[in-house]
Amino acid sequence: MTERNRSRGIGRRQLLAAGSTAALVAGVGGFPAILKAQAPAIKVGILHPVTGPLAYSGTQARAGATMAIEAINAAGGIKSMGGAKLEAVLGDAQSKPDVGAAEVEKMNEAGVSAIIGPFASGIALATTQAAAKHNIPHIVDVGVVDQVVTRGLANTFRFGPGLAKVVDTAIANLVALNAASATKAKTVMIVHEESAFGSGMAKTLNEQLPQKGFEILETISHPNPTRDFDNIALKIKARKPDLIIPSNYYGEFVLLARTLRQQKVEAKAIYSILGGAASNFRFVNEFEDAAQYIIDCNHWVDPRKPEAAALRKKVEDQKLFFTYEVFLNHECVRLLADALERGKSSKREDITAALTSSSWAGHMMPYGPTKFVNGQNEGAAPVNTQIIGKDIKVIFPAAFADAKPVFPMPARG
Amino acid sequence: MMPSLRLSGQRALWAMAGVAIIGVVLPLLLRSDFWLNFAIMVLFFTVLGQAWNILGGYGGQFSFGHAAFFGTGAYVTAVLQVKFGINPWLGFVLAGIGGGLVGAAIGFLSFRYGLRGSYFALVTLAFAEVLRILANAAAFTGGGVGTLIPLKQTAANFQFVDKTGFYFVIFALMLIGLLLAYWLENSRFGARLMAIRENEDAARALGVNAFAIKLGAISLSGALAGLAGAFYAQYFLYLDPRLAYGPGISVEALLVPIIGGMGTIFGPLLGATVLHVVGEIARKVMGDAVGLNLALYGMVLVAMVLFLPNGIAGLARRQRLKPKEERL
Amino acid sequence: MLEFSILLPALLNGLTIGAVYALVALGLTLIYGVLHIINFAHGSMLMLALYGVFFLHALFGIDPYVSLLIVPPALFVLGYALQRGVIGRASHGKDENILLVTLGLAIVMDNLALYFWKADTRTIDTPYGFDTVDLGIATIAVPKAVAFVAALLICCALWLLMARTDLCKAIRALAKERQGAQLVGINVPHLFAMSFGIGAACVGAAACLLLPSFYVAPDVGQVFVLIAFTVVVLGGMGSFAGALIGGMIIGVTESIGGLFLGESLGQLGIFVIFIAVLLFRPTGLLGHRA
Repeated sequence: MTERNRSRGIGRRQLLAAGSTAALVAGVGGFPAILKAQAPAIKVGILHPVTGPLAYSGTQARAGATMAIEAINAAGGIKSMGGAKLEAVLGDAQSKPDVGAAEVEKMNEAGVSAIIGPFASGIALATTQAAAKHNIPHIVDVGVVDQVVTRGLANTFRFGPGLAKVVDTAIANLVALNAASATKAKTVMIVHEESAFGSGMAKTLNEQLPQKGFEILETISHPNPTRDFDNIALKIKARKPDLIIPSNYYGEFVLLARTLRQQKVEAKAIYSILGGAASNFRFVNEFEDAAQYIIDCNHWVDPRKPEAAALRKKVEDQKLFFTYEVFLNHECVRLLADALERGKSSKREDITAALTSSSWAGHMMPYGPTKFVNGQNEGAAPVNTQIIGKDIKVIFPAAFADAKPVFPMPARG
Repeated sequence: MMPSLRLSGQRALWAMAGVAIIGVVLPLLLRSDFWLNFAIMVLFFTVLGQAWNILGGYGGQFSFGHAAFFGTGAYVTAVLQVKFGINPWLGFVLAGIGGGLVGAAIGFLSFRYGLRGSYFALVTLAFAEVLRILANAAAFTGGGVGTLIPLKQTAANFQFVDKTGFYFVIFALMLIGLLLAYWLENSRFGARLMAIRENEDAARALGVNAFAIKLGAISLSGALAGLAGAFYAQYFLYLDPRLAYGPGISVEALLVPIIGGMGTIFGPLLGATVLHVVGEIARKVMGDAVGLNLALYGMVLVAMVLFLPNGIAGLARRQRLKPKEERL
Repeated sequence: MLEFSILLPALLNGLTIGAVYALVALGLTLIYGVLHIINFAHGSMLMLALYGVFFLHALFGIDPYVSLLIVPPALFVLGYALQRGVIGRASHGKDENILLVTLGLAIVMDNLALYFWKADTRTIDTPYGFDTVDLGIATIAVPKAVAFVAALLICCALWLLMARTDLCKAIRALAKERQGAQLVGINVPHLFAMSFGIGAACVGAAACLLLPSFYVAPDVGQVFVLIAFTVVVLGGMGSFAGALIGGMIIGVTESIGGLFLGESLGQLGIFVIFIAVLLFRPTGLLGHRA
């Protein structure tokens, strides 16, 4: 069983990597030694929307998760379990909740110990529910909508922050930014995509920003896809807000940023929240000029931690962009590995118990040790980044910022 | 020309009885939740496809907008439950009514103005889009954030702990769909509807009230699609405007019966089964290569059209009725 | 009120974006007018063309406007081959089969693109990408101004082509009277494929003009396909001038709707007009009764 699974699932690369060691062992101790050394592989469901409209994020997420699995296996697997290897069972939710739920059923029968995924909130609602029926621990990688963890499903763990936390942090940092600067931003325009995360964010902002003394001039919701942002730029130009707060998917964000630049729209800051491209190196590389000084409140790594830089290099060596989908999934796999290491068991209920009591501090996120309360990692928080030159710098929280915020941003002429 | 495999009268009833028996026994044999879920999804798309088949297959009115009915049914159940605490079983019935009413409204407008063929198809598409945009803007649907039905797994709440419960609901709905199709094939209403499909002007000349018949068909079709929508809402507990009213559902709804055999009782069941099996096989064959499984699925689709011009049901007929077909 | 102060520039924006819609719709209207088929693969052909333009630029440094000499002919070949080799054969004389086969082709093309080129959203940076033309009342991005003028030119060119050449006279005859055309010895499958090819070439041209101000991803076709249908119906299926005017109307409606109702709800205007035209004038603004 073990041998069969290993050779089928782990893939050629893994076998090659293990090959040299195996040959050595075989040479010294003979064939039976390998069998003894080989603990059963632990199957992990890696479930993302790698086709359909969310394919980009899904692919990035899958890359992050599989890289982590390869790294853990290469480093000797789960040591407390006799060096047991992780085996990825890949799933494609096709950007649809019903397909995501069907994939969970398939993974259940494939005998996965846990599931990591599935990027989008709408899919996460379906997959966590399906996984709960089989008591499969389900680590949610992104899925920011708050209801993902507030439904009382004991199997659901969200490593990253939820929408409420993101918006709270964004507002707090905005207030801090204002306080530290001579020029104060007061008026705001929000440009958000119309699906769950953009609308949810706009709703919360509309409730909270006025309490902090900001005046919302207008909230513009736009569909996905939006083909043209000229009119939105016109409106912004006419209303002259101090702050532009965008929240959109990648394609729309790029179009918006380009149009703002083209129409020479000036503001004190473009302060995006979960901006689709604002902390994406592809955007920075391709449109350095339009991207300059855009601030984003988003998932990001702790720049002080060497693992973060190492992972970024590894990702870029594979000709991929270092985006939040990659590192969040990478760290979700390591979170699971930590739970396995401590629980010494690949049984679903043991993993759930180990995750519930998790206090893992070895990650590259700016979170502190993990602590799950009703499935939400309480320490999780976004950070503020700003595009400065060709790099994405952390500007908040001050404790580990690697650049000073440029605010207000200089006129771009 | 009479399209494809026609199991009529007695034979169709026997076949339905067979399907009913297999369907009841199936969950006892399926020890696997994956396959049970698979069966549920096949039946779900069968119901949706049967809804389309009533209007498109028997009535010859091609809709690209069945999401309008499906989404309405889904939202009726979800919103009544979340906002007004109305029991989803009652919501289920109301979803059928809601879907039927939307069908009647769209039908009234488009048939009143004599839209046929691709014009009718495009207008239904536009209506579905209008509903999607409205659902996105309205507050009571939760707008773009969507509507989440609270998790409360009791049968009285139309949320079964065991998937078998969902299975029997959708299976019953599928049987109702079969009976409807059977009724269409054996009733005056159905005969008139099919006469309109073959030649509307001729049917009119013979005194058929084409407007009323088509209106009846689209309402019936809308009601069945609305029920499918309510089922979807209860099974997945989450809706947003794109899931409910997006073009994806409209395409699935027409794919299933056309592949299976339009205007046949069992066409949608055949179509949904084959499409899902093909989808699963494509996944197996292509493994984890991103996109290739769907590409293969698309190729099979193209190949089916190339080689099975009358759907899968047409295949059976071709063998049996070969000599007769020459005459066409 | 703010909305009125920017009404004029918004109108102008609507016209330029409408020209792009018209460009995409030109090919669709030709295909519809002659073959009477609803081509679901239209968006996917646009996607392939956009990738063509993108890679010509990325790999060989060819400017998208220079690609106008390369991509449309390539798309013509693709379109001709698809119609002759697959769509025509699959139709078996039934509309639903054509619908299905173009749908299948769209799924194949989109997912092969996903497999080969990944899901990344790709953009190109051209020297003129951020340049604008100041018209006094509004500043228009250069790529959009170019697309606007090109749309007018292409529309005129197509019209001339259809009015003057023998080939296209035959196509028009075919569009009107299929059996009659067959009787007088017109090679129907060839002409169908020619029409489909020309329609595809239009999509190729649209891609060259679109990419400098847009992006390409495997599912980009869906961005335009629905709107292109709307334009075709509005203008009258098969009418080039109709597609142009229809595109402008849709562009302006979207623009003005967005201005007063917000971009999300503003889309409503497009479909309301669409439904109204279908109900009250189903042949479209410039269409003829079939």
